[in-house]
Amino acid sequence: MKHLTSIRELDRASAVSILDNADELAGVNSREVKKLPALRGKTVVNLFYENSTRTRISFEIAAKRLSADVINFSLATSSVSKGESLKDTAQTLEALGADAIVIRHPMSGAAHTLATKGWISGSVVNAGDGSHEHPTQALLDALTIRQLKNSGSDLKGLSVLIVGDIQHSRVARSNCLLLTLLGAKVTLAGPETLLPQTFREMGCEISHSFEEALETKPDVVMMLRVQRERMQGSFFPSEREYAAKWSLAGERLKMLGKETAILHPGPINRGFEISSAAADDPRSAVLAQVKNGLSVRMAVLYKLMAGEG
Amino acid sequence: MRLLKGVRLASGEVTDITIEAGKIARIGKSKESGLDCSGLIALPGFVDLHTHLRQPGFEASETVLSGSRSGVAGGYTALFAMANSDPVADNASVVEQVMTLGQEAGLLEVRPIGAVTKGLGGEELSALGLMASSAAKVRVFSDDGHCVHDPLVMLRALTYVKGLGGVVAQHAQEPRLTEGSQMNAGALSTELGLKGWPAVAEESIIARDALLAEQVGARLHICHLTTAGAVDVVRWAKARGIQITAEVTPHHLMLTEDLVRTYDPVFKVNPPLRTREDTLALREALIDGTIDIIGTDHAPHSSEKKDCEWDQAAFGMVGLEHAASVAQEVLIESGASDWERFTEVLSSKPAQIGSLGDQGSLKEGQEANITLVDPAASREIQAETLSLSRNNPFAGLTLKGQVVHTLFRGKFSFRDGKVKNA
Repeated sequence: MKHLTSIRELDRASAVSILDNADELAGVNSREVKKLPALRGKTVVNLFYENSTRTRISFEIAAKRLSADVINFSLATSSVSKGESLKDTAQTLEALGADAIVIRHPMSGAAHTLATKGWISGSVVNAGDGSHEHPTQALLDALTIRQLKNSGSDLKGLSVLIVGDIQHSRVARSNCLLLTLLGAKVTLAGPETLLPQTFREMGCEISHSFEEALETKPDVVMMLRVQRERMQGSFFPSEREYAAKWSLAGERLKMLGKETAILHPGPINRGFEISSAAADDPRSAVLAQVKNGLSVRMAVLYKLMAGEG
Repeated sequence: MRLLKGVRLASGEVTDITIEAGKIARIGKSKESGLDCSGLIALPGFVDLHTHLRQPGFEASETVLSGSRSGVAGGYTALFAMANSDPVADNASVVEQVMTLGQEAGLLEVRPIGAVTKGLGGEELSALGLMASSAAKVRVFSDDGHCVHDPLVMLRALTYVKGLGGVVAQHAQEPRLTEGSQMNAGALSTELGLKGWPAVAEESIIARDALLAEQVGARLHICHLTTAGAVDVVRWAKARGIQITAEVTPHHLMLTEDLVRTYDPVFKVNPPLRTREDTLALREALIDGTIDIIGTDHAPHSSEKKDCEWDQAAFGMVGLEHAASVAQEVLIESGASDWERFTEVLSSKPAQIGSLGDQGSLKEGQEANITLVDPAASREIQAETLSLSRNNPFAGLTLKGQVVHTLFRGKFSFRDGKVKNA
């Protein structure tokens, strides 16, 4: 395996092996010397066309823990249309010695294009492309759920509810594909304008009532961030109405089972899609997700760059 | 005098064609010797109502000359050049320039299409009457690439162009429903995270414009129909007696949205590739006459416009050199239709819609605009054609049928697979 641009590139066994490796590599993060020599002499470039603090830092630390050299290259979104082309940028970075490019891009398919156009010979890792996919986020979510639920190697028998702006969410898409691949039942919930029926074809159930979805007692509830710019598109009448019907707060928080895990990919809009009470609830796994992000990204970089598999 | 021996006509009859002084002098057996055309089908030269020749303004993608060369290789003897050049063909001087460039190239007839609105802006009518009375004698008006979306502007355009004896060719795309759209709207666009272009954005404009055309008794032509629903709307409008004609592109007859999975912008086009069900409905409609013609929407783009992220890439595909093979596949190889219908969709109907009286038929006394096709030939399509651009979605496909010779006004513009410079 050379690239990771979509969960579709994984089968069950390779997904489980990434999760297993991540669990193993997590040990490094609690050592006094938090480093392995696995990628010594290799260079990883974080090519970010979108602002993202947590994902970029997570990839950066992951690469450094494996002893790779890391270069961060961030470009404003506006330069995508005005400045140097993706092809020229990527070829320049490779000429400078990049062995892998971790790319975040506002356009769906950009990582796939970079991996398949023949512009470069190195590995490509998708760190989020438009509203298409964010595979390492799904892997870290799967790892978090597996750890919390002690479900063995995969997620068989577990039910996961993903709530919010599904339509524009790459996290939702990657999770639909990965969690179902690992045997979980995934239900998506959100207002119909943000959750088209076509998501059924990705193997998910669909609900347009948060309460009804909660009554099925899911093992995990994953809240998605709602981007405020969606308001301009008339996807819902007002922030107030959205919060009233779709935030994880108040009575709905009380409907959660004792063992139900609360996940959120961050950054959180407290008081909008999730209340502070829910975000700070002991069932919230948000910080476990961040930690797992680090080990999952180590496992992915290792798998793609150290010649394994 | 020139003699084409042993040609097969669309009717199936095998005969000879005698050409004198640029005209068809006789269709019938001759005792003279001439060019052996046995095994070839002789058809009236093809007429494309929808070509982007890119000149003036985008000469890196195509010129009138290079587009003409590609055209004759595809069997065309007339091309209607879309108005979205730079400057836009919205006044007499630009359309006359395009016409002159066509005459200088001399390979086929280049008929400029005039823009419906100034600068394709959709607000003010362009110099419709002056373009009609110019030396270019414009009869087809289109803002193609943009929809004339304002209903009042469309109503005025239909009415005014009716008075000029012309036709408005509408690019049916409701703009608000397609803001930022990248591909067909459906399960695949959901999965790929690309913004969807819903069928209703095409169908609602066709329905509206059909009713507007009915109200004022004007002719309306619909460019590049792509959905099964649009076929239903056109069928309904025709049954109601509305003067509507419709066009389909070779790529919408052959290719489907599944190709977008590659995120390869060579498959990015507007309107987008649709589903297999849509393609089947378009084929059926072309066979039964609901769709009148094949228009290529030949839209060359230089490689930098396609060697990039999907969202960044330009819309459009080349098509002049494959349209006849696609028509053969849909009408002949399928066993569903015949060469008479083939002639209608590629020659006679587009000539009629475009008011191109001296083209589109193979009759004694007519200008000798003739295309000779070898229907038995099979070829693997290469990305490279005679177009300056390589955005060819048919590359790698094997198609039947090959244009062998094209004659324009009695002279070979294309002979034995080679362009003959005029």
